[in-house]
Amino acid sequence: MTETFYDVLRRQGITRRSFLKFCSLTATSLGLGSAAAPRIAHALETKPRTPVLWLHGLECTCCSESFIRSAHPLTKDVVLSMLSLDYDDTLMAAAGHQAEAIIEEVKKKYKGQYIVAVEGNPPLNEDGMFCIQGGRPFIDKLKETCADAKAIISWGSCASYGCVQAAKPNPTRATPVHKVISGKPIINVPGCPPIAEVMTGVVTYMLTFDRVPELDRQGRPKMFYGQRIHDKCYRRGHFDAGQFAEAWDDEGARKGYCLYKMGCKGPTTYNACSSMRWNGGVSWPVQSGHGCIGCSEDGFWDKGSFYDRVTDIKQFGVESNADKVGGTVAAVTGAAIAAHAAVTALARARSKNETNGE
Amino acid sequence: MSAYETQGFKLDNSGKRVVVDPVCRIEGHLRVEVNLDENNVIQNAVSTGTMWRGLEVILKGRDPRDAWAFTERICGVCTGTHALTSVRAVEDALNIQIPENAHLIRNIMQLNLYVHDHLVHFYHLHALDWVDVVSALKADPKKTSELAQSISSWPLSSPGYFRDIQNRLKKFVESGQLGPFMNGYWGSPAYKLPPEANLMAVTHYLEALDFQKEIVKVHTIFGGKNPHPNWLVGGVPCAINLEGTGAVGAVNMERLNLVKHVIDQAAEFVEKVYLPDLLAIASFYKGWGYGGGLSSQAMLSYGDIPDKANDYSAGNLLLPRGAIINGKLDEIHPVDLKDPEQIQEFVTHSWYKYPDESKGLHPFDGITEPNFVLGKNTRGSKTRIEAFDEGGKYSWLKAPRWRGHAMEVGCLPRMVMAYLQPQRYPMIKDTIDRALKQLDLPLTALFSTLGRTAARGIETLYCARLQQDMFGRLMANLKAGDLNTANIEKWEPSTWPKEARGVGFTEAPRGALGHWIKIKDSKIDNYQCVVPTTWNGSPRDPKGQIGAFEASLLGTPLAKADEPLEILRTLHSFDPCLACSTHVMSPDGQEMTSVKVR
Repeated sequence: MTETFYDVLRRQGITRRSFLKFCSLTATSLGLGSAAAPRIAHALETKPRTPVLWLHGLECTCCSESFIRSAHPLTKDVVLSMLSLDYDDTLMAAAGHQAEAIIEEVKKKYKGQYIVAVEGNPPLNEDGMFCIQGGRPFIDKLKETCADAKAIISWGSCASYGCVQAAKPNPTRATPVHKVISGKPIINVPGCPPIAEVMTGVVTYMLTFDRVPELDRQGRPKMFYGQRIHDKCYRRGHFDAGQFAEAWDDEGARKGYCLYKMGCKGPTTYNACSSMRWNGGVSWPVQSGHGCIGCSEDGFWDKGSFYDRVTDIKQFGVESNADKVGGTVAAVTGAAIAAHAAVTALARARSKNETNGE
Repeated sequence: MSAYETQGFKLDNSGKRVVVDPVCRIEGHLRVEVNLDENNVIQNAVSTGTMWRGLEVILKGRDPRDAWAFTERICGVCTGTHALTSVRAVEDALNIQIPENAHLIRNIMQLNLYVHDHLVHFYHLHALDWVDVVSALKADPKKTSELAQSISSWPLSSPGYFRDIQNRLKKFVESGQLGPFMNGYWGSPAYKLPPEANLMAVTHYLEALDFQKEIVKVHTIFGGKNPHPNWLVGGVPCAINLEGTGAVGAVNMERLNLVKHVIDQAAEFVEKVYLPDLLAIASFYKGWGYGGGLSSQAMLSYGDIPDKANDYSAGNLLLPRGAIINGKLDEIHPVDLKDPEQIQEFVTHSWYKYPDESKGLHPFDGITEPNFVLGKNTRGSKTRIEAFDEGGKYSWLKAPRWRGHAMEVGCLPRMVMAYLQPQRYPMIKDTIDRALKQLDLPLTALFSTLGRTAARGIETLYCARLQQDMFGRLMANLKAGDLNTANIEKWEPSTWPKEARGVGFTEAPRGALGHWIKIKDSKIDNYQCVVPTTWNGSPRDPKGQIGAFEASLLGTPLAKADEPLEILRTLHSFDPCLACSTHVMSPDGQEMTSVKVR
């Protein structure tokens, strides 16, 4: 019989006490409160490690690189104890026939029980041969591997939305996973790449609670993508006070003023960067002085320069529906932001006048 | 083709054909086919880049100041190096000078990438070619401890420490769920390490996995995140504020302390774990001298890490620039990326179309029009290929050549060219000499799979130390009162000439990387990248000359014909990156042609 996650921990000499502590920490880091800890413990005590087949299409491997940066839990512990990473061409020992045989084996042995994690996307032009694996188009491998999966995780903006290779004019017709796979739960975890602990957080949530996390309209887990960068930005106070960096390395930049005028896309970007930060909480783009480029948003490559203000966002023409919707939402939000900024500036001018008047 | 000779190699594709696809533990998608003789010795090798993303056409018409972000997404493993190459290309085109602090911070970030990338490559992408995980279960932890303590003062080396790891591994293997170690080549006679060395290496595989995430924090501080930190044309985006109001929101003393802490830790890990492991493992594989390929005859490096700011001439580079051809180590040729006669790309055997495919094109005039046609002897169908025909087109990689020569790029060329100039690179020469002495090997032993792997380790130590030096220089410059991080004189496109063109180069961890940009009316008119794995993994050219991957596999015997362990070992020694190497396309190259099996 396949052993459970708890068995694995116990065999590693981890005490019951440390195990429960781990569960309560997990509960807290997922924002679930301490009441969820016993449920996590129960789930982990009774479940075998879930096989994960991690596929790579057109991509740059930044998602894998991000995944191995996870600080809590450590990637080592995820791979050795929490799931069974049976296929991942970036890390696996085997290659060629020995590697491909694993997919067949897992499909048979764990039918309906395994998770497919997809990094990158399939190109559809040229009969799919812009991404060839085992002599065949990646799209075939993707469809076959997903056929018996329990759920699919679309890692990063490539799998979720298309990302850089799908930027105009998308010469290979790179296509997000949810547009070619149907009939399975698909969780989009966008970002270029997503934050490491968001990735391990999504996986451990699914393994722990044995369900797909609550998703928004775009298929993103609400727990990590429910709020905009701008909503939780530590420089928000400067935005509200009308204090902006006006040029690179100016006085405002050195004082950590708002980067809105430098093109920051924080106001239109849903992600956890401003709360969770990156690489063990060390920093995140705005803290390090560059505006958010909006890398977790659909079609972020085609919304004008990274240095255009969000009000300058161009309307979309005759693009696909997703682009249209995304563009419209961005434009509306952009307009709202402009109004927001105007109100802020007005308030500031008023208080200035009042001060002068006194 | 049945048999022919090129570059001193004999190729013969008459024997049994073995296909390895996918080649795992690399970035991107690569396929290799080899022909074996009756003794399982490789007589022909065919390397195929199996993906194409089309980034160059996507860049056309965009703002040149945005190009770093697009090109950075060419590769998330060597993250940042394309971005740096891109901002250098734009700055070259627009004649922008960057401030001293930006220069030093960029150098620190690039060196930081080297240390991280090489370490992850050695332990997580390459080690399993030399290290038998299952054999580690048979090791005596006490003897493992003795071995570890005999080669390094690294403190995590007690018998109990190794026993704990071994127990964890044992139970993992016994669970029957082998995860990434499933279907590995465990027990193959090609593995030579004793169980104790295997246990030490597997332990450090896990330790390095924990540690690598610390190294990149330097990118996070200066660039906001890793992978894919942020960059800026004209400098770096992070402002410095040491003591004024708001310093807490900029690069301040606490941030600098964190950078120092991380780079010191990284240097210690490289010195006390990576290099001792490398030499220990190498000592058991001394007899396996295969995989040299082109390295003893043709090597190329663009050089990197400028010493003084804004000077990209060969004499100012702390990683050497030059070309060696015809095996003449006493002559290092100058390299000019703008000279149309030097770097040219050919497509005779690549899935692209040129008006005249007998000629190569310089990247400034590059065309990338996809043309997926298969040679007449291809086995299988368009979407179910059993074996490619190397007589026809067979790769998404172009074939770059330097003055007509196929070249190897990467750490080995860099380290050899540094070794040959000891007055300029004394530390590198010294480290190589010590390693060779310890292993009792001649200099020519470097021209091998193992030599490539060793060169990477030696370079890592050099870069880890250089990173510490650069940090010292940054602090000295800040002490002198200079806080500038960006030059914004030419930030606004209205200050640019109507037309401009420039070249940016770096040495990516995997080798020579160049970006060629043409700017017209403030927009990108043409953008071409020639990247390391395009050089190393290139298909054949009109003369039938083979690239570095193909050359390196010839003559290698396989312990078992159906287990590609030796093939993986040699390919991994190059650290292939296929997302980088698969070329991009020209502005007018949007027409997609259908495949014809002729």
